[in-house]
Amino acid sequence: MTAGVPILPQAQLGALSEAYRGAVARRRLRFAIATAVFLIVLVVAAVGAEVNLRTLFTYFGNFVSYFDRILKLDSGARVWTDFGEWFWGWHKWLRMLGETILASYVGTLIGAVWAFVLNFFAAENTSPVQWLRFIVRRLLEFARTVPSIVFALIFVIAFGLGPMAGVLAIAIHSTGALGKQFSEVVENADMKPVEGVQSTGASWISCMRFAVLPQVIAGYASYALLRFEINVREASVMGFVGAGGIGQELVVAIRKFYYSDVSAILVMIVVTVFCIDISTGWLRARLFGKEARA
Amino acid sequence: MSQSPVPDRERIRAQYRDAFDRPASARLATPAMMLLAGGVFVFGLADLGFSPARLLSGLHQLGWITLMMLPPDPGSSLPLYLKALGETLSIALLGTTLAAAFALPVSLLAARNIVPSGIVRFPVRRFLDSIRGVDTLIWALVWINVVGLGPFAGVLAIAVSDFAAFGKLFSEAIEGADQKQVEGIRASGGTALHEIRFGLIPQVLPVIAGQVLYFIESNTRSATIIGIVGAGGIGLQLAEQIRVLEWQKVSFLILMILIAVAAIDWISSRLRFAIIGRRAVA
Repeated sequence: MTAGVPILPQAQLGALSEAYRGAVARRRLRFAIATAVFLIVLVVAAVGAEVNLRTLFTYFGNFVSYFDRILKLDSGARVWTDFGEWFWGWHKWLRMLGETILASYVGTLIGAVWAFVLNFFAAENTSPVQWLRFIVRRLLEFARTVPSIVFALIFVIAFGLGPMAGVLAIAIHSTGALGKQFSEVVENADMKPVEGVQSTGASWISCMRFAVLPQVIAGYASYALLRFEINVREASVMGFVGAGGIGQELVVAIRKFYYSDVSAILVMIVVTVFCIDISTGWLRARLFGKEARA
Repeated sequence: MSQSPVPDRERIRAQYRDAFDRPASARLATPAMMLLAGGVFVFGLADLGFSPARLLSGLHQLGWITLMMLPPDPGSSLPLYLKALGETLSIALLGTTLAAAFALPVSLLAARNIVPSGIVRFPVRRFLDSIRGVDTLIWALVWINVVGLGPFAGVLAIAVSDFAAFGKLFSEAIEGADQKQVEGIRASGGTALHEIRFGLIPQVLPVIAGQVLYFIESNTRSATIIGIVGAGGIGLQLAEQIRVLEWQKVSFLILMILIAVAAIDWISSRLRFAIIGRRAVA
């Protein structure tokens, strides 16, 4: 069989392939220009950040040997040969870790409650007044753009050292982040039930309670759990600025070169974060599974 | 007016048993969970040293601090702050780029459709997970021990912690790619590397570029905070001014951070649209 693809006449083919080549050349040129601009910006940034490749090469060995050192006990043996010696402070560390988790729980809950109260005013479809929406949105934006550790630094001065400052910092940041996510959930809700409830003469609060809330509650729970997960990580470093939790122990261990303590605390933090990730993931799957079945 | 028919209550009751007589366990589940959550909350408040007196005096202090912050005023150190801000932006940009460059090859190892055997994939994934479990600030402290104080430690800290996040995100993007184009390359006799270069990369590159831009944006925020432990940038100035209670400078620095973050947001969303196209984002 010789019935192949029909070949276009030379003139037509020439014009077409010319156009194709032109298009490809234009794309390549644009790509090359973008790459060049990007590289220039990178070089400028490297100068600005005092990047010194020689330092890196000289000290990169230190980075590797740092991990070697933190995995060694004072006696010179590897840490996993003597768990009792490695985790000598487990009693204290576990308590601090518990404090960290508790702080992130309390902070997340406070943040979620505030976000819950505020988000109906921030969402486009449920906000009763325009100016209120504008103010609430700006407030939430502010709360979520300022990093929580900056709030913690300021709160440590206002409220004194201790986990309270960390909790409040986490709460404010969570309010901002959750407020935005919650209001997005509300904006995606179906407005027909609201009309239905409104047509019975219900007030704004009843509309929110009986028409919007049943639609969005699962989304809220899911976002709040996700935020809790993030906050556990954040709370683990709040101690760096004196706001309580395991971070305090860690920063002391790192600064004073208690090598095996550093690895022990890091292992505890990573394991805790793992466990929390897995359990909140399981919980979220269950919540959503329940929603899907109903 | 015709009356609506009287509903046959008994029949409806029998038909929707679940709605009328929910078992006690289902009815009590929600209040029990709320009670439990509330209980843990109250215990937490007590354990973490919350007290109304402390809260009130703290709020009083906070009110004072807020008043002292007004109006924001950099004093005579504006050039210093602008330089620090530039340093922060450099840290974010360099850190993210480094992370992306290193994460791309590793993410191939973690993607199911590239490396079908779990023996390689599983350890790579766990490795990435454990790096991700450690916060950027901790990495910053470790790098300060290695390369000394300064922005370079910040760049490396962001690079390491983003490396893990990118590894995961990129491998997910690769797993989500369409297999048909890869099969096409294979059918025309391409090697495994050809499959990746011509079948996968064109599909995943826009997704990856979008994610990298998004991370540059969020790293501007992270870069401000790693300065607090001494890794350079505007966070260093901020922490210093908070410690010496120069509140007007503090508020000015916070304002600078907010404006810079908003500007980067704007630029990167513009670039994202340009790369992926408006449709793909919506």
